[in-house]
Amino acid sequence: MKEILTAILLVTGALLMLLAGLGLFRMPDLFLRLQAAAKASSLGVGLLMGAAALGLGDVSVVARAALGVAFVFVMTPVATLLIAQAAFRAGIPLWEKTHQNDLEEHHPAGGPYEPSLGPDGEDWE
Amino acid sequence: MSTWLQVITQGALGAISIAMLFSLHRLVRGPSLTDRVVALDLFSLQTAAVITVYALWVGQPELVDVALVLAVIGSMGTIVIARYLYSARRGQR
Repeated sequence: MKEILTAILLVTGALLMLLAGLGLFRMPDLFLRLQAAAKASSLGVGLLMGAAALGLGDVSVVARAALGVAFVFVMTPVATLLIAQAAFRAGIPLWEKTHQNDLEEHHPAGGPYEPSLGPDGEDWE
Repeated sequence: MSTWLQVITQGALGAISIAMLFSLHRLVRGPSLTDRVVALDLFSLQTAAVITVYALWVGQPELVDVALVLAVIGSMGTIVIARYLYSARRGQR
């Protein structure tokens, strides 16, 4: 029973890692690549660490795997958000079929950071 | 560890290796610097995944520590490069 559960976790985790690599390879745009890579790879690493904790069956391994899963689930979204903001500021072009761009209004792409004005002309800071 | 589980473990290692080839392609060809940073981040996570599965395969619990440290350091490096890129001017990407 334990081995069957380990095998299921292994297969799903490895398939999610493969999906993350394929998304990074095939997606047309940096921002879509970020979406695919960050979500699939953090969940895949989490499942694989769960598989290792279950298969090795040691208390210390379970604690370390839980710590690793917590770190990955906290750090990966933060890193993805910061990279996406930096890329948008640097003026990386969006995919031509992307037709909603909410960030452009208040923080136009390109150039160094300047605090922009709010909707009613007031400064936001 | 039974034989069929070892076969599944080797299959998982193969799948993650193919994903590593994909992210290496993006690391070499990626049109912008940001693409390369993202590819490097994903590559460090994939290396951590490979080390985790290898620890399960050979039954070495100590190797999970290595994967844990690698996953944390990779994301840290990505955050640092993102903060640097955020303040860089256009044309220097």
